[in-house]
Amino acid sequence: MKRGYYGDFGGQFVPELLMPPLLELEEAMGRILKSAEFQQEFTRLLKDFVGRPTALTHCANLSRELGFNLWLKREDLAHTGAHKVNNTVGQALLTKMMGKPCLLAETGAGQHGVATATAAALLDLECEIYMGAVDVKRQSHNVRRMELLGAKCIPVESGTQTLKDAINAALRQWIANQRTTHYCFGTAAGPHPFPLLVREFQSVIGREAKQQFKERTGEMPYMVVACVGGGSNAIGMFHEFVNEKSVKIVGVEAAGTGKPGCTNSAPINLGTPGVLHGMNTLLLQTDEGQILPSHSIAAGLDYPGVGPEHVHLHDCGRAQYGMVNDSQAINAFHVLCRKEGILPALESSHAVAWVLENKDSIPKDANVIVNLSGRGDKDMGILEDYLKQHGK
Amino acid sequence: MSITTLADKINEANAEGRTALIPFLPGGYPNKDIFWKEILELDANGADIIEIGMPFSDPVADGPVVEAASLKCLDAGVNLKWIIEGLAKVRSQISAGIVLMGYYNPVLQYGLEKFAKDANDAGVNGLIIADLPYEEGVEFRDLLAENEVALVPLVGLNTTPERMKLYADGGNGFCYFVSVLGTTGDRDSLPEEIKVGLKNAKEIFDIPVALGFGLKHPSQLIPLEGLVDAAVFGSALIRHIDDGKSSAEFMKVWKK
Repeated sequence: MKRGYYGDFGGQFVPELLMPPLLELEEAMGRILKSAEFQQEFTRLLKDFVGRPTALTHCANLSRELGFNLWLKREDLAHTGAHKVNNTVGQALLTKMMGKPCLLAETGAGQHGVATATAAALLDLECEIYMGAVDVKRQSHNVRRMELLGAKCIPVESGTQTLKDAINAALRQWIANQRTTHYCFGTAAGPHPFPLLVREFQSVIGREAKQQFKERTGEMPYMVVACVGGGSNAIGMFHEFVNEKSVKIVGVEAAGTGKPGCTNSAPINLGTPGVLHGMNTLLLQTDEGQILPSHSIAAGLDYPGVGPEHVHLHDCGRAQYGMVNDSQAINAFHVLCRKEGILPALESSHAVAWVLENKDSIPKDANVIVNLSGRGDKDMGILEDYLKQHGK
Repeated sequence: MSITTLADKINEANAEGRTALIPFLPGGYPNKDIFWKEILELDANGADIIEIGMPFSDPVADGPVVEAASLKCLDAGVNLKWIIEGLAKVRSQISAGIVLMGYYNPVLQYGLEKFAKDANDAGVNGLIIADLPYEEGVEFRDLLAENEVALVPLVGLNTTPERMKLYADGGNGFCYFVSVLGTTGDRDSLPEEIKVGLKNAKEIFDIPVALGFGLKHPSQLIPLEGLVDAAVFGSALIRHIDDGKSSAEFMKVWKK
């Protein structure tokens, strides 16, 4: 496979000015990540600061209703409330060991911004977060959190003023400040080596889930399921199971309202091949290659592209990628709240919803692990607006 | 039209004892009705090569002026087909070399082979793709070369001599040297370290070296005498046009 590619997807489609920092990062990964010093410190931080291992929860009430066993890998219990912190602590530590004093990041829902600001505070790094102006308004709570953690949050007024524009702005800023700054990319997307780097830090999810499940049952799960925006929580869960051929792998994209032709965030199902943000991947785009706005009720899934490894897993048939619409995700949110006492992020609710919607195709007594990528506290405002708009 | 045309254009200007001039305008700017008139005016007033921007929704290498101008063009319905078909109609009236500059995805969707052929048929001499570094661009460069269109190498302050050599091997047209670690947009001063980068580029490339990004006034080139064969300016020109002034007037300042 070509360097930096997953099948036909991936690569490094960036201005030449970004090639030196990408090559520098690749070199640093090779040198630092495998070192005992890094591994010991990273493991310590994951345990003492992030709170790993996160629990693997058997959903007894729902399992009785469904007729098969539903398990949740509880990334909502990680510090800051989502899986994002695994990656940011890893990248912040790498930045420190590379001798750079500043972290730069983009954020959509704000979870990656909060997680980056958290890691930066912990490791005494300066931190700048780029966030679309629309997202700044709809996630003002997270903006405040970032500021409390010492980060500077910069609204991006260009384009659609959402995540894709925040990534554009962060890439521009990285061009200018590459000598002192590491771009802490938030998902398993972007130019090589980011998809690899983010997978490296998120694959702790799948490793733990596999070990915990084996300890509890002595078996492999029948299926693992995760929501996919850029795809970092999903690739973190999937990576450990890709070579376990008996395990079915399911990614779940956001279908928006679900109505034909609606704005969505499902590039694997509804997109076409193209190049954006440094990678060759599947994109929501016009026939002329202009990037279309995306939509999901879950701000963290609201992205017109997807990490290249997911496209490869889909292409080679190793994973299947379904779609769930906003109302199905809201329904799953309520079900998990009421039946299990767990308030999931709207992103994770998509993964739960896929299981609920496809329950008849899952064998009785099967074991299904859903990656609960984050907690839903951040989504209360969105949820209330949605319920008001729909007269509920 | 041969791919040596771009180098020839710059060499001819240099032989006259002046730096070659490369103005940039996004395709369809300031509006579709008068864009080609602006191009003809730039050509008639001293442009040696004209860069036409291919608007893209997500232009990461562009600063706010070029980005806003490009998005305005997209809103007006500009696409690659409009640019290439329009160029084909006026090309015989333009003596300057023509370079298209933009991002990879719209070109990819147009179809690489079709683009190379149509661009050549329309009289395009070169192509600059801001997000296509050497590693990703080798095959497309060869395809363009078969169609006599140069893939112009884009290097900058942080490009090592080793990487410049990669671009120089088979690079044609001219070398576009980015003056700042940053996006397009004029700046009051250029970094001192630019001289080292330009010296490296002059030694490594056997094609002319053009300086772009950040140019606001010809006086910025005085300290770089002998190191710059051509100057590219976009944001300053766009702002000039936005102020209701003519391209001819803008070119006068640079022609001196």
